[in-house]
Formats: sequence, structure tokens, C-alpha cells
Amino acid sequence: MKLHTISVNNLLRRKAKMAFLTIGLAVGIATIVTLVTLTRSMSGDIERKMDEFGANILVTPLSNGLAMNYGGISLGGVSFDQREIRESDLARIRTIANHRNISAISPKVLGGIRVKGHDVLLVGVNFDSELKMKQWWKVFGESPRNANELLLGTDAAKVLGVGTGEQLELEGETFTVAGILDQTGSQDDSLVFSSLPKAQKILGKEGKITLAEVAALCSGCPIGDMVTQIAEKLPDAKVSAIQQVVEGRLKALDQFKRFSYAMAGVVVFIGSLIVFVTMMGSVNERTTEIGVFRAIGFRKSHIMRIILVEAALVSLVAGFIGYGAGMGGARLALPFMAEAKDAKLLWDVWVAGGSLGLSLTLGILASLYPALHAAKMDPTEALRAL
Amino acid sequence: MALIRIANLTKHYASGDETVEALRGLNIAIEAGEFITIMGQSGSGKSTLLSVLGGMNHPTSGEVEMAGVRLYDLPGEQLADFRAQKLGFVFQSFHLIPYLTALENVMLPLAIVKMGTPAKKDAARQALERVGLGAKVDRLPNQLSGGEQERVAIARAIVKRPQILLADEPTGNLDSKTSDEVMALFRELNEAGQTVVMVTHNPDNGRHADRTITLRDGMVVTVT
Repeated sequence: MKLHTISVNNLLRRKAKMAFLTIGLAVGIATIVTLVTLTRSMSGDIERKMDEFGANILVTPLSNGLAMNYGGISLGGVSFDQREIRESDLARIRTIANHRNISAISPKVLGGIRVKGHDVLLVGVNFDSELKMKQWWKVFGESPRNANELLLGTDAAKVLGVGTGEQLELEGETFTVAGILDQTGSQDDSLVFSSLPKAQKILGKEGKITLAEVAALCSGCPIGDMVTQIAEKLPDAKVSAIQQVVEGRLKALDQFKRFSYAMAGVVVFIGSLIVFVTMMGSVNERTTEIGVFRAIGFRKSHIMRIILVEAALVSLVAGFIGYGAGMGGARLALPFMAEAKDAKLLWDVWVAGGSLGLSLTLGILASLYPALHAAKMDPTEALRAL
Repeated sequence: MALIRIANLTKHYASGDETVEALRGLNIAIEAGEFITIMGQSGSGKSTLLSVLGGMNHPTSGEVEMAGVRLYDLPGEQLADFRAQKLGFVFQSFHLIPYLTALENVMLPLAIVKMGTPAKKDAARQALERVGLGAKVDRLPNQLSGGEQERVAIARAIVKRPQILLADEPTGNLDSKTSDEVMALFRELNEAGQTVVMVTHNPDNGRHADRTITLRDGMVVTVT
């Protein structure tokens, strides 16, 4: 017989009440676990998606001109002192402090040429990095594998009247159309893509590039810092962040996070209230019992220990159940909340430990006053018979 | 030197606007090994006296000295320690803990003592055997008769071999036959050297005691 024996036996005797208390607390913990896990999993989902959906840093030659285009409609522009980026300079991007955040660099050279009597914009790209960055591209036919193969936008293919596997002559050199892009709704539909070295040669821009896109997207990436770091490495280039989409999504996620924490706060409050009311009721029901304990020589601290051990045991069980139920809830809700169907549930040991710790802290804090109340009971009053 | 010495003991309660004088200048001395019954009508102050002797009810004035210790001079929780070490309580309604077996109820005072569980179990079994309940150690209180519950309560009170056993109307809820058996048990314990102070309203119980102190209106009227 030890003090905790009394606690355990009392819990076992009052099964219904203790089950109510456990469920009350477990629901609170489950809600918090679900919200936290959903938020974190959705952040991971968005982070992954950002990595997939292209660049968020654009490197262009420094120019004092102002572009005159809006919504894809270009009206030309006024520029002077146009500079160009040397392709060899791009290697320096990989030397920035945050180089680990860079997932792909896609250099491009752009230039107008005349093909079959039409003005066409030729874009030289590195197909490996370009296809990695533009995973939404759907190619009919094959992706170009060698320097003499082309990829055509759907409108370009129509205007030039060529299909996959057919030959197309560019500035006197014959190429094979390896693939045609499905309609993207963007400027890509009107472009002719070739390998970077060929385009540079045709356009007379060997060793030079017009722009480079850098994919470094992840919610935790210091994009602003990376822009500064790249700009320092490439003083002749203009480096800008494409943050609209990312920030929009992260802002929405941030709002969801705030909402989650507010919900969690309310749930924690209600959970604490349930523990407090139930423990207080339990203490009042056990007035005589506590009087007996005091009469036979239990100190106030012994009484408190009995009550708090009960609270701790219930809280631990509630923490376990709450964590399990919360993860189950998150697993069920994630497919509806996340955009990607393959969004992964994050199993985090900190969330597991945190939910147990939170449950324990809540249970004990909410039981502190009932335990103090029990300890301060006047044994004579408690027994009444005396 | 008396084991229990009460000098000029008063206890006043506030009841609304009035002050109730429950105990009025009591002077009592009880020697070690005595069996004392305290009798009196309802409201005579006998239960108040027992709670004062039990270190659970601070007197308004006067002195209570037990086993050489001025009880109410003890600071803080030392009064609880004194109860744990020197006193055993038997309550009128038994007050057994319903979710503990007879053995566990008897082990209760040992829950705050540093000793191994086997030793605690041995002590509890011995106490239960002493009150004739060695065969019912695993029964819950609701599986025991009133007399058996009283015996468990007595075993719980004596398990730590206290110097003083305080009993409040221990036969109040029992039939006459069981009452006699319980009183015989108290007598037996007393004959083995246990000091017993018992509050009772049943004059028959006085037969088992060495002395009977009768109270009326908070004062000692007779000592026989």
C-alpha cells in the first residue's frame, strides 16, 4: 500500500466519471494534434508543390528601361544600356550561402527568327532543368534528347504546320520536331524551344543568356536573402523574387495556422474546465474519505499527492488517446484539406511528446486547486461524526 | 505522569450571533493503559472533547498534553505526524474506504510509512487476525457485515500500534450482540496494554471501562 495505490484504486472504482474526464481531455488533445498536424502537413504539401511549380527567382540583365507589357501583352519598351549575362557567370549562383535551397537553375536565351515566313521567338533552354521546373508541361511525342531536336508550343506548331517527327529548318539548319506542348494558355504556346547551345549559335549569342530562372521554393527558404546573395554574385544582373503566389499561399496557410491556434486555445480552455469541474466534484464527493486520511495522520501534501497522481494518470491516458485520435483525424481530413492527393501526414515525435506533455500539464494545473481544496479540508468538518 | 493531561480546556463555537460553549474548563488526567469511556447526552461536548484529543480541533483555551507533548503547540503538519505516530481512530460509521479491500483499508495508515509492501501486508494481516477477521482480508467493505466493518476499522486503528486509541461511538450502528463482541474486543486490547478513550452514549459500554467520565453542558459531572 502506497499513496498511488489509493489513487489507482479510486480511478478504477469511479470508471464512468474518470472515463468522462479522460474523454473530455482526450478530445481537447486530439483537436490540437489534428490541427497542428494538418497545418504542418499542409505546409509540407505546399512546400513540395512550390518546388514542383517552377521558379521564384528571376535573373535578367540589368537594364535602365521599363518593360511595357501587361498580362502577357507586350507593347515594347524603352531601354538603353542593355547588358547581358554570361552563361559562365551562372555557376556563381551555386556559390551563395543558401545554395542548398536551390533546386534548379534554368538559363534561357531568347531571340526572334524568321521561319517559313513567320516571325518566331526562339528560346534556347537546358531541357533537363526546364522540364524539371515546368512539371505541368504535357509533351505530345518525345522530349528533345539531342541538340538537333526541337520542342514546339501548340500555336507555333499550328502556324508553322509541323507535327512530331517532322523536319523544320531554322536559319539554314535542319531540326527534328521531337515533341509538341499541349496548350498551356501561356506564352509558351507560341514559342519554339531548342537546346541552349544551338539557340545561342543561331542567335549569335554564344556564351550569353537572356535570363535565368532559379527554383528555390520552400516555405522556410529565405527568398529575400537569396535574392540579395545572388545579386551580390551577379552585379550585372537584375535579380527579383516572384513571390506573389508563394506569399499568397503562405498567407492563407498562416491564417489557417492562426485559426488553428485560436481553436486549440478554446479547446484547451474547455478541456481544462472539464478537468477542473470533474476533479472538484470528485474531491467534494470524497470529503469523508479525505477526513479519514487526515485523521489517521496523512499530511496535506499526502492528500495533494493522491489527487494529483489521479490527475496525472488520467491525463497521460487522455494524452495517448488524444494523440492517436488526433493523428487519425488528421489522416482522414488531410485529403480534403490539402490540394495534392498524395499529401503526406507528418508523424512528428515532438507532436507526440508535446501532446502528452500538454495533457499532463493541463490535467495537473486544472487539478491543482481541487487538490489544494482537498488538502485544506478541516478533518473534523470532513468527518462530521467527530 | 499521566499519558493524557487536559487542563482548563475550553472550546467555544460561533453559531450565528451566539457563542456556543462546547467545553467549559475541563480538567482530566488519563494514565497509560487505562480504558476510559466518556458519556453524556447529545450536545454534552463528548465528541468535541474527542476531536480535541485527536489533534483535529484547536481548543479555545487550556492545555492538552499527550505522551509528554503539548499537542496544540506543535507547528504545522507535525500535528498530523503526531496523529500518525501516537493515535488510532475508530469512527462511529466505520468510514472504511469503499474501493479498498479489508487488508488495504488496514494498510492505509502504513501508506505514509517507509517500509516494504510485504512488511505492511504482514502488519495488516496480524491486525486483522487480532480482531478475528484473518479469513476475510480480500473482502471489500460492502461484502462485510456491520460488525465486521467495525472490526476492520479497529484493525486499521491499531495496525501501527498507537499509544492511544480514540473511539467515537464504535457500537452506535451495531446490534446489541455485535456491540458486546466489539466491546469485548476493546477490553481485550486494553488488557494487552492499549490505552483506550471511547465516547459512547450506551451506559452498558461503561461496564468494560476502568473509569467513566460523564459530561453535561461541557463540564465533567461525574467520574466513576
